[in-house]
Amino acid sequence: MAPAVSVRDLKKSYGELEAVRGIDLEVEPGEIFGFLGPNGAGKSTTIKILCTLARPTGGSARVAGHDVVTERDEVRRHIGLVFQDTTLDDYLTAEQNLKFHAELYGIPARMVAPRLQQVMELVALWDRRASLVQTFSGGMKRRLEIARGLMHSPRVLFLDEPTVGLDPQTRSSIWSYIRELRQREQITIFLTTHYMDEAEYCDRIAIIDAGKIVALGTPDDLKAKVGKDRIQLTTADDAAATAALAAKFGLEAARRDGQLTIAVEHGEQFVPRLFAELGVAIKSIAVARPSLDDVFLAYTGSTIRDAEATAAEQAGMGKVAALRRRG
Amino acid sequence: MDVAEVMVPPRTWRADLRAIKIVWQRDVIRFWRDRPRIIASALQPMLYLFVFGTGMGAGMRPTGALDLRVFLYPGVMAMATLFTCFFSAGSIVWDREFGFMREMLVAPVRRGSIMIGKALGGATAGMTQGVIVLAIGPLVGVPFSPVLILTLLVELMILSFAITCIGVLVAVRIKSFQAFMALVQIIIMPMFFLSGALFPFRNLPTWLEVATHLDPLTYAVDPMRRAVLAHIDGSELLSLHWGSWQVPTILELAIVLGTGILALAIAAREFGRSE
Repeated sequence: MAPAVSVRDLKKSYGELEAVRGIDLEVEPGEIFGFLGPNGAGKSTTIKILCTLARPTGGSARVAGHDVVTERDEVRRHIGLVFQDTTLDDYLTAEQNLKFHAELYGIPARMVAPRLQQVMELVALWDRRASLVQTFSGGMKRRLEIARGLMHSPRVLFLDEPTVGLDPQTRSSIWSYIRELRQREQITIFLTTHYMDEAEYCDRIAIIDAGKIVALGTPDDLKAKVGKDRIQLTTADDAAATAALAAKFGLEAARRDGQLTIAVEHGEQFVPRLFAELGVAIKSIAVARPSLDDVFLAYTGSTIRDAEATAAEQAGMGKVAALRRRG
Repeated sequence: MDVAEVMVPPRTWRADLRAIKIVWQRDVIRFWRDRPRIIASALQPMLYLFVFGTGMGAGMRPTGALDLRVFLYPGVMAMATLFTCFFSAGSIVWDREFGFMREMLVAPVRRGSIMIGKALGGATAGMTQGVIVLAIGPLVGVPFSPVLILTLLVELMILSFAITCIGVLVAVRIKSFQAFMALVQIIIMPMFFLSGALFPFRNLPTWLEVATHLDPLTYAVDPMRRAVLAHIDGSELLSLHWGSWQVPTILELAIVLGTGILALAIAAREFGRSE
């Protein structure tokens, strides 16, 4: 089966600004693929190219087996889109919005009603189908947009920041819909996010910074590459425990605030050995994995928050410069 | 639960027809939901017809023996259509500002189809507004007959479509609704005043005569007036001449329709380029 998304040396510049500077990636059918990076890193530009809304200035991209430049219509028939900003008609009912979509995509008339019910049930909005969209909350609108993006059974669903601006509870319900979706439909999900905790839900993630992919892999792989797990333990006798750790496992323990910290690979598998072989009573134990924040920091040299602040600053400076030029 | 797998068929002219229909239908639904607007838009023509027409007609008699209100009737009908059509075409700007345009832009349909749907939607709205004025004809002494009503309906249809196309052309590159409304004011008032909706083409100074002949709305108001005045003596003196040649109705309507189609073609091309 052809890859759902295949990108080769993709580039996009706006004048002198290089938004995307040579990206390569391949997404397998059925994957949930996350595109992670600060605002202004080139995520949205890349998604726009993949959705045929922008033309690349270099390289190539194929989505659902079709070239995004030369087979634009074919690509469009096979993708669903949910943007950051809502693109619903507030003055129509939920159902009318979906019917509009069905007609625009030429879905066979006899399929429209059953498909409509199915996607609306998936996002738990079937009961509200006759309500005007302007009466919906932000989370309901996002769910409705996901339902609409699914109307024409796309092979690839693009979600650009699907949970941005939503409260934590709504965010988690959106994610449960996304995961349920993958079980029900043969679909590949390509999403962007700058929430680290959401990237954890993805099968694979690509970290993008300043227009380039700096890391690509499963969340676990990326974290493993960054460092070992940390185990924190309190024991009956810290001095004896430290000596035992050094003697039996060759591990150096750091002692701080009445706790011992050691770094090991595969922390969970190490814990049983620790209990069996340490020989000192263990009172409590905690295993911490490196977070994606650590991963991001390791690959880009800054935390995602700092990177965003810098990007915003540069955008601001750009505006000032543009004003000066105009003046 | 079974998955209702949908296959989107390849693009055909039939798919484009469906797209045109649904874009049109959405605009009609929205127009119909906005009934306060329909009523408000009907108020202005009534003021021209009953207040301006009665007051001015009582004192000055600019149209001789002919009741001024009967003279104004076709022009006011065109006015109602003009304002509504331009406002409806503005929904393109509105859609872009509020994001819905994107939903249409990423669909596997021709952008021209979206434009045609928009033009037909605005035309329907403008037509409805014109028909409201049409219906009050007997109140101002217009001699109604089935032929007259049918003629006016056809002419209104051509007018609404053409005007909306011009509105669409204006709307297609504009990013904010405020800017659109400002621009529309600049376009709409000269179009209305130069169309001969308010005065007969008699003894005009040359500059004004030339200006009226360049206004596409002139060629829509005149045929409607001809239809209304067909059975009233001396009415042909009021109609449009190029020099001494009376422009045939069919040519006038062709000019109106042609202008509309040209505007729509340019708009579709411009729209295809955007984003």
